[in-house]
Amino acid sequence: MEKLISNVSPHFSSKRTTQNIMLDVIIALMPAAIASVVIFGLRSLLVICVCVATCVLSEFLFEKLCKRENTISDLSAVVTGLLLAFNLPVSIPIWQAIFGSITAVIVVKQLFGGIGQNFANPAITARIIMMTAFAGSMTNWVYPGTLKMTDAISSATPLVAAAKGTTSMMPSYLDLFLGNHAGCLGETCALAIILGCLYLLIRGVISWHTPVAFIATVALMSLICGKDVLYQVLSGGLLLGAVFMATDYATTPPTKWGKVIFGVGCGLITILIRFWGNLPEGVSFSILLMNILTPYISKLTRNKPLVGGAKS
Amino acid sequence: MKLHGVKVPHKKNTAESVPVRIPVPQTVCIPMSMHIGKPAKVIVKRGDKVKVGQLIGEADGFVSSNIHASVSGTVSKVDEMVTSMGTKVPCVVIESDGQQEMYEGVKKPEPTDFDSFIETVKLSGVVGLGGAGFPSFVKLKVKDLSKIEHVVVNAAECEPYITSDTRTMIDKCDYVSKGIDAIKKFLGAKHFIIGIESNKPEAISKMKEMAEKNEGVEVHVLPSMYPQGGEKVLVYNTVGRVIPKGGLPLDVGVIVINITTLSFIGEYLEKGVPLVEKCITVDGSAIKEPKNVIAPIGTSIEYLVNSAGGFSEDPAKVLYGGPMMGIAVPSLNEPVLKNTNAIIAMGKKEAAPLKTTACISCGACMNHCPFRLDPRAIALAYKLNSGEDLEKLCVDLCMECGCCSYICPANRPLVQTNKLAKIKLREYLAAKKAEKEGK
Repeated sequence: MEKLISNVSPHFSSKRTTQNIMLDVIIALMPAAIASVVIFGLRSLLVICVCVATCVLSEFLFEKLCKRENTISDLSAVVTGLLLAFNLPVSIPIWQAIFGSITAVIVVKQLFGGIGQNFANPAITARIIMMTAFAGSMTNWVYPGTLKMTDAISSATPLVAAAKGTTSMMPSYLDLFLGNHAGCLGETCALAIILGCLYLLIRGVISWHTPVAFIATVALMSLICGKDVLYQVLSGGLLLGAVFMATDYATTPPTKWGKVIFGVGCGLITILIRFWGNLPEGVSFSILLMNILTPYISKLTRNKPLVGGAKS
Repeated sequence: MKLHGVKVPHKKNTAESVPVRIPVPQTVCIPMSMHIGKPAKVIVKRGDKVKVGQLIGEADGFVSSNIHASVSGTVSKVDEMVTSMGTKVPCVVIESDGQQEMYEGVKKPEPTDFDSFIETVKLSGVVGLGGAGFPSFVKLKVKDLSKIEHVVVNAAECEPYITSDTRTMIDKCDYVSKGIDAIKKFLGAKHFIIGIESNKPEAISKMKEMAEKNEGVEVHVLPSMYPQGGEKVLVYNTVGRVIPKGGLPLDVGVIVINITTLSFIGEYLEKGVPLVEKCITVDGSAIKEPKNVIAPIGTSIEYLVNSAGGFSEDPAKVLYGGPMMGIAVPSLNEPVLKNTNAIIAMGKKEAAPLKTTACISCGACMNHCPFRLDPRAIALAYKLNSGEDLEKLCVDLCMECGCCSYICPANRPLVQTNKLAKIKLREYLAAKKAEKEGK
């Protein structure tokens, strides 16, 4: 008989693996991906494919080069690619999308030690870098369905319109909800994001604390500041950010209260930037800033071990 | 506040299986250490004739236990063996004559007061049968009896597969009742709580029936959430008190006793037969017919499984106890011990080692730890060799229940790291103490 395996307990394990958590996230992102193709046309599919392919390839090559264990099978690079694509306008030049993807995976994720070790969300950080580097093409918004590069009608995102007070360019609530307005690929269709969110909650991939705290803070602050609450919640990258980016495991606090603090912080910074900042949208910056605070929030909200009273 | 845990598959395939006694094995090998504490002293020598229930190992020191012959026959060897924990202990090998003749000294004990009751329990050789193997007489020898407010009976049986405690509750209801009576009478305990996980409806109804006839006994149905049977978890979920770190249940006025231990005490007071056999669940993917059997202590695992129907495939991993906290045995020659309540044999597929990947910082381990520890931080502190951090992180609180490793999506060996970290912390504390005394 062969030798018996002898190892430390437990000898059972849950079926959950990193790979199928990431697969769940990918499934949850699918409604938004489909919505983006419906709203912005086939070019959005091209942008998504380019981002995903570049992310996976750069992770593969980087790990090969550094002689690290290959981790593309955990699918986290696919998630990064999808999220980055969702944060780009449909008119983005392909080479810029490739640049962003490489930045996300290599600079933000791999250089800090790979999956689980990065302190900032790769997709968000890459987007911010791109916004600084390619300010023009990153804010070249077009009306849905008019994209033929040559005669695309420039448009303003709902938040830009609101900030400038050009009410004539503001879409209706229904258009906001269905995503029929200018904006980044994955952020416009609230319906698709809510579907994805429900899926993640049911599968237990994310907890409700961060998205609820984040969105509720934005809603409450909009109310206090006398702005249109529903408009502020449905427009911009708020839903996408709150559901998919502010719930990233590695870059947000692990505890319940930590998640609440993180969400509230994100909401406050978003409102500050939206109402008083120079930029029309602040979700990306708010998440990045809170990512930086995450270690401190985690430390502050650490679970207290169950030590009980003094030993008698 | 609710304590965390994990939902594990129950796999209680053998809950309906009434235990059957296996044929007497040709030889038994009885180690002198099947309990926490000092090994017993061998009092027989090669060639001695022994009978069932005859003392062969005498309790040595304050925390130790008597050990009795489980078969009648001749002592063929007094040897040393390496236990599955890696320590060397003396053992007695007995060639059975197949007669199972009872020792003449076995008679119904007549305890009259607290001291004679403790002595009786000591003579029976009973230890914590839930798995820990702590000598029961030491636990029951409470200095200040007025401190006992509740006796919590541990019948949670939260490990997957195992049903031996379930069978105790269904088949040995009367003995459980007798055990309760004895503890009431001699220890003056008034309030008993039997904690049972909700996945054992038959056992719950049996125990409720019994509780109705006994004053001060109540059945507490626990959620089926592993690890309800952990001592601290059980005490918290039944009486709502937290046993302090490094303390005992008695510090919060509680005595915890396993249901099978309790029923054994009841049975011993009736019959006087010491602990020589155990009801054992034989299950797992490599077992042909999962069932409950009764086997003499010292029976080899191989003989036990073969007389219970045999293997369906070559076992890849064999456990003493359940899959969450069970100990993997090095070979099939290992004997059945006093605290063995299950033998789980896993086939190749079930035992296949999982691939460990990088930690994704999901926080599942800390959010499922019943004691709210942070296995991720502990692993880091261990890696950094920081005894100071390990002390702050309270790694010594860890009961190695396995929730963290079970739930980890990266399959990281967190329990293993915790075990190593505990050793490191002990070294650190010892060094700190020595330094303090040196000054």
